[in-house]
Amino acid sequence: MNLSLTVNGEPRQIVLDDPRVTLLDLLRERMHLTGSKKGCDRGQCGACTVLVDGRRVNSCLTLAVSLDGASVTTIEGLADGDRLHPVQQAFIDHDGFQCGFCTPGQIMSAVGLILEGEAGDDPERVREAMSGNICRCGAYKGITEAVIDAAAKIASDKQRDAA
Amino acid sequence: MNLFEYVRPASVDEAVAAASEPGSAYLGAGTNLLDLMKGGVSTPDRLVDLTHLPDLDRIETLPDGSTRIGALVRNAALPRDADFARRFPAVAEALLSGASAQLRNAATLAGNLMQRTRCAYFYDTASACNKRMPGAGCDAVGGENRAHAVLGWSDHCIAVHPSDLCVALTALGAIVEIAGTAGRRDVPIADFYRLPGETPEKETALAAGEMVVAVRLPADAAAFAANQRYLKVRERTSYAFALASAAAALTIADGRIVEARVALGGVAPVPWRAVAAEAALAGAAPERAAFERAAEAAFAEARPSGDNAYKIELGRRVVARVLAMAAAGTPERLPALPASPFAEPAGVAAHV
Repeated sequence: MNLSLTVNGEPRQIVLDDPRVTLLDLLRERMHLTGSKKGCDRGQCGACTVLVDGRRVNSCLTLAVSLDGASVTTIEGLADGDRLHPVQQAFIDHDGFQCGFCTPGQIMSAVGLILEGEAGDDPERVREAMSGNICRCGAYKGITEAVIDAAAKIASDKQRDAA
Repeated sequence: MNLFEYVRPASVDEAVAAASEPGSAYLGAGTNLLDLMKGGVSTPDRLVDLTHLPDLDRIETLPDGSTRIGALVRNAALPRDADFARRFPAVAEALLSGASAQLRNAATLAGNLMQRTRCAYFYDTASACNKRMPGAGCDAVGGENRAHAVLGWSDHCIAVHPSDLCVALTALGAIVEIAGTAGRRDVPIADFYRLPGETPEKETALAAGEMVVAVRLPADAAAFAANQRYLKVRERTSYAFALASAAAALTIADGRIVEARVALGGVAPVPWRAVAAEAALAGAAPERAAFERAAEAAFAEARPSGDNAYKIELGRRVVARVLAMAAAGTPERLPALPASPFAEPAGVAAHV
């Protein structure tokens, strides 16, 4: 099975010897992009969240072979060299994590949420839209603040770029 | 997960031909199927991947005024389509109350219709389950069954249908478009799902190899847009299946309910149209007394299947409340917590 994928902007040709490989296992085990985490492996925790064609999804519940032609963005593809993505920076600024295991999924989910553009600065809408990402350390307060702050920064950067 | 053959058809005809082989299963996003396969609950020999088929990802208005939703339309796409959400707000609200944003971005319309029950005994391959293994028995009977059915169940199966979307579709009288090797056919959603009876493994009207290609909302369904809500009670505020839910759609003229549509979720093996409740509402003033009469009628036939008698009273209250919400009018914007009893008026946080 041959598969064309764009991963973090780079076109890749992948040969799969087994149709059972999930996107998460492809990223972690075969492409060595271990930022996306395997928490539950059943779509319940959100630690494996990545963007597929700009939409956040659970990579553990996605068959890699089915994604032929898709574009995937993982946590490794967010920063611009040493310059962190605004969502990454906001998670640091707001203590949006403790142990860090869920953080790549939280950040990718937050990036997807901001792209969707539906939550605005309403903490209740942000919490609801982030409910697919579980944090066992309970860093939710910082996560919510980080998402709202990053959304505002991204919006003002866009405005400045447009001006 | 067992090894399977992966097939990627280029057309619906190729898909139904491939899936007519015994042991085949259709693959949409796989958000439920892969979960079942990882647990060994489903063990298909062949997956027929529908996600690359053309033309099945459209939302369109047909010349007869009905709205046609293609099988591959993602769950997140319907509430995000402003025109669709305005015409069918309970469908949008039901969708947004289900799963997580990640799952809604992936999961498809047809996949939502075809998802399996979340009964823990169905998922646990060490337990007896007539759905998973016909004739094996049902460990949910006499087991942990707080979340199980109070309407429509049988001694062979007491599991509930998990969908929110399908409850709203049932209230609005949706039509399921089916393709098979013998051609195309339409089935009203109320006839699409089968009660368990003695064959709980047979859940839908689909014959071997048949697939859902679209769902249509008939033209008259849009008449309810101004008074239409979905309400869902669950064990967490978000990202949980319904213990009891209901969709309500009303048309109101001159201070009277002209027509009512009511369907229930989380309480029956199928999305449950509450016809007796609808009859109780027709011609009544849209007031609490009528809503409570309708709620009584909706659960008149209900009986506990175990440790779940509470669901009957809970279900009545959900029906009465969703009718009051529908009568108050569809909100301009869905609340921050869609379908939640904790939803507060816009701008007021339910939690601090």
